[in-house]
Amino acid sequence: MTDIAQPLTTADGKPLKGALMRAQARARRRAFLLVLPLLAFILITFVFPIGQMLYKSVYNEGFTWQEDVTTGDRTPIMTNLAAWFDANPPGTEPNEEAYAALAADLVVLRELKAPGQAGTRINYELSGSRSMFTKAARSANKLEPPYKEALLDLDKDWGNPDLWQAMRGASSSYTLNFYLAAIDRERDADGSIVMVPENRQVYVKLFTRTLTLSLLITFLTFVLAYPIAHLLATLPLRHSNLLMILVLLPFWTSLLVRTTSWMVLLQSQGVVNDALVGMGLLGDDNRLQMMYNRTGTVIAMTHILLPFMVLPLYSVMRMINPSYVRAARSLGATSWTAFRRIYFPQTVPGIGAGALLVFILAVGYYITPALVGGADGQLISNLIAFHMQKSLNWSLAAALAALLLGGVLLLYWLYDKLVGIDNLKLG
Amino acid sequence: MALPKHASTLERVWHYTYLVICVAIFIFLIAPILVIIPLSFNAEPYFTFSDKMLKFDPEGYSMRWYDLLLTFGMQAPEAPRDGSWWADAWSNAQWIQATKNSIIIGFFSTILATTLGTIAALGLSRPEMPGRRAVMAILISPMIVPIIITATGLFFFYSSIRIQDWGIPYLGIILAHATLGIPFVIITVTATLVGFDHSLTRAAANMGADPVTTFLRVQMPLILPGVISGALFAFVTSFDEVVVVLFVGGLDEQTIPRQMWNGIREQISPAILSVATILVIISIALLTVVELLRRRSERLRGMSPG
Repeated sequence: MTDIAQPLTTADGKPLKGALMRAQARARRRAFLLVLPLLAFILITFVFPIGQMLYKSVYNEGFTWQEDVTTGDRTPIMTNLAAWFDANPPGTEPNEEAYAALAADLVVLRELKAPGQAGTRINYELSGSRSMFTKAARSANKLEPPYKEALLDLDKDWGNPDLWQAMRGASSSYTLNFYLAAIDRERDADGSIVMVPENRQVYVKLFTRTLTLSLLITFLTFVLAYPIAHLLATLPLRHSNLLMILVLLPFWTSLLVRTTSWMVLLQSQGVVNDALVGMGLLGDDNRLQMMYNRTGTVIAMTHILLPFMVLPLYSVMRMINPSYVRAARSLGATSWTAFRRIYFPQTVPGIGAGALLVFILAVGYYITPALVGGADGQLISNLIAFHMQKSLNWSLAAALAALLLGGVLLLYWLYDKLVGIDNLKLG
Repeated sequence: MALPKHASTLERVWHYTYLVICVAIFIFLIAPILVIIPLSFNAEPYFTFSDKMLKFDPEGYSMRWYDLLLTFGMQAPEAPRDGSWWADAWSNAQWIQATKNSIIIGFFSTILATTLGTIAALGLSRPEMPGRRAVMAILISPMIVPIIITATGLFFFYSSIRIQDWGIPYLGIILAHATLGIPFVIITVTATLVGFDHSLTRAAANMGADPVTTFLRVQMPLILPGVISGALFAFVTSFDEVVVVLFVGGLDEQTIPRQMWNGIREQISPAILSVATILVIISIALLTVVELLRRRSERLRGMSPG
């Protein structure tokens, strides 16, 4: 017997290690190729569009480029003014040179028929300024030096330092101003960041409201889900499967249907109020206002998200060995102590999974608050929709969406770390 | 759950209180869905039980809102109900149009989501899949990302590639709904593949079956229940989706949820409740199918509790 270390080989004489590695690489490649079509699909139809939208939150060319809709030609606008801003630091008093640059740019705007676009961009930061641009562009050809007086004659607001600060911010396509606006901040005349006046502070308040309402809803779903999950987990499977249908049916029912039902129930002339009046618990003239306000949002969302709390709780509780509680009782614990010190700690993973899932879903909810929320039951999603569809300030909508998405992805990451996406179950 | 003989009075009282609480929570879960069913037969245009309904007077009930669903948008709703009346309803009634659109969109997005999702789930459930966790996180993310963000992103994306000009009707909505349905397919199919005995595929290969035959004759029958429930989930997701349709759908691309959304926001009438009732009945049917499939899958894999 020779004891020279002969490398192990396969039948055809290749080293075994290499052959194994090749086979493993092939298996890896095959697995990856199976996933690839879907991954590509999701990247193209989901990840890329969202990235493209997020880009809009830092990029807005309303004050820098004009695009001809029919030909697709792109022309730079406001170039003279941008040059002046580059040459002079923030806070510089606009001089005659600056006004001359502005006047020259207004002539360009007039030729391109783009004063509305440029004015809209400034209007996002300083409301009421859009008409100044359209008006000034109309008479741009008649402006004569000294341009400062000429423009101030048209509208004395052209001397407003805030306007100049807004134009300075907009003169670059890349800007973080929309993020500032999304957290109720703005730049003052010398470019330092300050809070916006109190009557315009809406976004921080709305983020806070979204968080507190989501926390409240998560808590309520926990309170309601815990007893029934416990009941389902301790009943024999034959019975619990039947009762489980009561949890799964709402889960399978259309969201709009469930929202509609709550509107029917909670209306001031609705079933709940009628029943309370009929039972004499409530006078006919002081019916409860439960809809088109925060109460409506909370009740309806708690109902809609309840199954997402019950299911993870149930699957954790099913696994708990009942002999632990029995052992505690036989050692002299009261039923309360046994629950508090033995049973409850074992359900904490289920609570965590359910609470994170409900919270993630609640933070981004749109449909239910839009329909039953009224004015003070709106969440951040509704404001994003408002800026998309009504005020058409898409960059601000994108900035708000980016902040919301950041929060949701952080929670999602946490969920993956603590619970694992593999453990997500649907009934 | 039975109470032991030695339970104290306090424990007994608590036990029954607990059961009452549970019953109340189950009522909270189910009552809002059931209450709209009788209300959809209301003879009056109200959203509450009229006195006649409470007395079970037949006059308090009617089918008028279901009838309105058929006639709404028709050219001659008053005409006698013969063949041409039904032809008119089939081509003009708004709810019928919306139903057609919803079914077309739901069908194609389900096919797309189920095919891609099932193939990907096969790869994901192999132990040698590289970067499994990260890929899985990306594929599930459409379920987690707030729908308004998805809709906003798609709105910009579709307008930048001018998808409306491609000439394929509903394409944008179908792709979007497929994306939203994929997480459900992945979750249900990977769940059926857990504990899948890979020696079965090896045995098939050993006996000379090529990978496609192995998949169709060995793997597919075993994972079929999961695939079908995934497909049903994807279909329901599409059938119930309104935000993306509102953002990227053309004016003529009305679907049932969009029509409901408009109905709820503008002139809420009990006709909405009759649509809701029909949808509830559909979801009961779907739930039953999924439940049966789940049990069958558990039995096939020998995981049945008995």
